[in-house]
Amino acid sequence: MEKENSLRVRVWRGSESGYWTEYAVVARDNQTVLDVVTEIQRKHEPSLAYRFACRVGVCGSCAMTVNGQPRWTCRTHVKKVAHDGQLAIEPLRNLPHIKDLVCDLEPFIDTWQRAGAIFQGQSTRSDPPQKVDPGSKPRKQADSALQCINCAVCYSACDVVHWNRRYLGPAALNRVWTLLNDERHSEQEETFNKAFSRDGCSSCHSHGNCTRFCPVELSPASSIAGLKKMAFSGPQARLAHE
Amino acid sequence: MNEQTLFVVQRISAAILAPMVLVHLGLILIAVEGGLSAEEILSRTRDNVGWTLFYGLFVVSAAIHAPIGIRNILREWTRLGWKAIDGLAMLVCVILLVLGMSAVIAVF
Ligand code: SF4
Ligand code: SF4
Ligand code: FES
Repeated sequence: MEKENSLRVRVWRGSESGYWTEYAVVARDNQTVLDVVTEIQRKHEPSLAYRFACRVGVCGSCAMTVNGQPRWTCRTHVKKVAHDGQLAIEPLRNLPHIKDLVCDLEPFIDTWQRAGAIFQGQSTRSDPPQKVDPGSKPRKQADSALQCINCAVCYSACDVVHWNRRYLGPAALNRVWTLLNDERHSEQEETFNKAFSRDGCSSCHSHGNCTRFCPVELSPASSIAGLKKMAFSGPQARLAHE
Repeated sequence: MNEQTLFVVQRISAAILAPMVLVHLGLILIAVEGGLSAEEILSRTRDNVGWTLFYGLFVVSAAIHAPIGIRNILREWTRLGWKAIDGLAMLVCVILLVLGMSAVIAVF
């Protein structure tokens, strides 16, 4: 009886080299993976390092690899991912591991800089707010790529990032797509050129792991496909046409 | 050539190659019916400007298309730097061009 009510949870301890430790955690009806990690840290292993902040799927800081797949742990129910009451929890793939479940996000943040995924406006505070037609095609295209929570789940899911750590990756390129569809963004050319730099969007294999795992259901793969199409037209052309 | 141009060129060469490969395969099937000898082949290809142009374009497209793909594979699967990768891709391009073109010229 006791067995049925407990989960067998293996947790990665250490950094790049380390070991698995197994814990028995009480199984509950409503329980997220983050709840499980927190319970382990509070009751079994006070030195366990992990990250979280909001616990409601907003901040993007709690991503880990759960049974081999990247997840936002605060919104992932154990029932959805456990196999026979077992969980294996380790840090995200494709990022340096600092301690236990904590990754160094610097390479990920760095991709945003390198991809030119930074908004640059032209107007000053004395100008009236620029109007964007909500029905325009670029605005609608940007729409489906907004609301990224920077969780790095897609970055961890991407095999091309795994093979080539210089690849800009799905999250930064998804952001670039929103900027190249944003008429207020003044550095269209610069952003476009950065997205098409070496190890940029043309390295994407379109296999869609990023889209499959993005917890907020964005589709970086579609955004990157849009960027690739821009290879034929250039950046401004699209905004000018529509 | 920058990445954008390479990307476009690889797509265009693919679009050219796709129908050509089908014609090429069809040609092989038809040509080998009833056996195949060197004279037979040459009798069909000698002085045939159409096929020479066809295979000339085929070779050029393949020599452009393949090295760009190989370049990507080398970037993903080896630790070589861009200089070495671009050098190797260029080498593959030259080899394909020389081998392909000498074959086209030989049967013309
Ligand atoms: S579609 Fe592109 S960015 Fe997304 S996981 Fe695949 S290779 Fe990575
Ligand atoms: S695109 Fe999705 S998976 Fe990638 S960082 Fe943003 S929210 Fe996370
Ligand atoms: S803790 Fe903020 S998204 Fe999970």
